[in-house]
Amino acid sequence: MLLINAGELDLQDAPVGCEPEDWMRFDKEITDAGVVVASESLADLVTATRVEVANDGKRTVTDGPFAETREVLGGFYVIDVPDLDVALDWAAKCPGSRGGGSVIVRPIADF
Amino acid sequence: MDQVEAVFREERGRLLAALARRFGDLDLAEEVTSEAIETALLRWPVDGVPANPGGWLMTTARRRAVDRLRRDQVYAAKLAILQIEAERPAPQAAGDELPDERLQLFFTCAHPALAPEDRGALTLRCLAGLTTPEVARAFLVPTATMAKRIVRAKKKIREARIPFRVPDAAELPERLPGVLQVIYSVFTEGYAASAGPYLQRLDLAEDAVRLARILHRLLPAEREVTGLLALMLLIHARRDARSGPDGGIVLLEDQDRGHWDDELIAEGRDLVVRALTGGVAGPYAVQAAINAVHDEAADFAGTDWPQIVALYDVLLELDPSPVVALNRAAAVAMRDGAEAGLALLDTLADDPRLRDYHPYALARADLLERLGRLPEATEAYERALALAGSEPERAQARDRLARMRAY
Repeated sequence: MLLINAGELDLQDAPVGCEPEDWMRFDKEITDAGVVVASESLADLVTATRVEVANDGKRTVTDGPFAETREVLGGFYVIDVPDLDVALDWAAKCPGSRGGGSVIVRPIADF
Repeated sequence: MDQVEAVFREERGRLLAALARRFGDLDLAEEVTSEAIETALLRWPVDGVPANPGGWLMTTARRRAVDRLRRDQVYAAKLAILQIEAERPAPQAAGDELPDERLQLFFTCAHPALAPEDRGALTLRCLAGLTTPEVARAFLVPTATMAKRIVRAKKKIREARIPFRVPDAAELPERLPGVLQVIYSVFTEGYAASAGPYLQRLDLAEDAVRLARILHRLLPAEREVTGLLALMLLIHARRDARSGPDGGIVLLEDQDRGHWDDELIAEGRDLVVRALTGGVAGPYAVQAAINAVHDEAADFAGTDWPQIVALYDVLLELDPSPVVALNRAAAVAMRDGAEAGLALLDTLADDPRLRDYHPYALARADLLERLGRLPEATEAYERALALAGSEPERAQARDRLARMRAY
C-alpha cells in the first residue's frame, strides 16, 4: 500500500509543486502497468471526522484532524508487486513523493 | 566460533546466500546452513571429506529445509517448490564450487529500507560469518539487544519483501555506496574504536578487509570497490606501528615505518592504480591515493604534502563534508604551516557535525600548541579529553595536558 502524504499545502490546501497533469500521468502509468488493486484520492481535510471510543464505551466524535500535523494523508494506492524494490520505484514515481511530500510504503499483512 | 567452524566461515556465507535467495527466507536459510555445517563437522572426520564439499553442504542443507517445511503448514506452497529442488543434483560448477550468490546478500543486508545500524550487524552476521554474540561485541551492545535487532531486521526483510537481488546497472550507482559504507564503517570502528580499552580492534578491521575482498572478487570492475579495498589495506598496513607497547597512540610522525606491512602496501598500491584508471575517480579511490602517498614516504619528513593537499582538494569536490575539510586543513598545516591550517579550522568551528568530534578538537589543540598559544591550546586539549572515546585517546589527551602545564 502506498500512503501518499501531502507536503506543503498552498492556500487552497492543494499540494505545492505538483500539477494535476503530473498526477494524471502517474495514474495512467501505474494503471497501465496492471499493478493497481485499488486507489483513492481522499477528500479535503476539512471533511475529516475523528471517532474515539473510551474504555467505558462512550463514543466521542470530533472534527479533525487538522493540517497542523506535518503529514496529511491525501490518498492511497494498493498495488500488487513482487517485492519492496518495485514498490519503492512506484513510490518514487508518484508526484506525492515530491515537493516536501512523502509516500509511505506499507506491506499488506498476509493472513 | 571455534577453530573448525572458522574454516567454514567463507563456505557459510556462500551457502547462506544461495539458500536465502532460493527460499526468500533468511531465518530458514540460516538454520539449515548451520545444521548442514554441524553435520559436516560430525561426518567428514569419519567418512572423509566429499569430492565436492560445497555441493555436499548444499544438498544436505536443502534436504534439511524440506524436512523442516514438512513440519510447518505455513510453508506448504514453498515445500512443493523445494521438493523439486531437493531432488535435483547439486550444481557442479567449475572447480567444484557453488555459484557465488553472496552479492545479492550484500545488497539485501545493506538495503536502504533497513535501519542503518542494522545493516552492519546483518552484514557481519550473514557475510562475515560472525555469531550474534560476536556481532554484539563488535557494536558494543549486550547480546540480547543485538539478538533483538537482528530478529527485527530479518522480520523486515521477510515481511516487507526486501528482495535478494543484485540491482541492475541503472540502480547500481545509487545502491553500491550503501554497501561500501557498511563495510567501511565496520573498518573505521576497528581502526579507531569509539569506546573501550584499546585504540584498535584488529578483529573488526580484519572482518571488514575480508568483506571487501569478497565484494572485490564479486565486482572486480567496480572501481569504488577496488578503491575501498585499497584504502583499507593501505591503512591496515600501519596497524602494528599505531600502538605503542603500552597500548598508547603512536602518531604517524612517530611511527616506526619498519613495522608497516609491506605486502599489504604493495597490494594496496596496485589496487589504487586500478581504482584511479578509466575515468573520474570516486571518493574511496582518492582516499586510497592519499594513504598511498603516506605509505610511500620513507619517513614523515619525506611526505609529499603538496600532493596530499591536491588530493584532498579533489576529495572535497566529490565529498564536501566537514570531516574531509578537517583532514584537508591538517594537510595544509603541514604544507604551509600551522597558521594556515588553523585559519581553515576556524572556518569550520561553527559546523554542528564537528562540535563534538574528537579529531577536530585534537587537531585544533595541536596547531594552537605549535603556534605557542598555550592557554587556548590547553582549553582545546580539555575539549579533546572530554570527547575522547577509547581509553588510549583519553590517555593521549591527558599526556598533552600534562605537557601544557610543563611549559
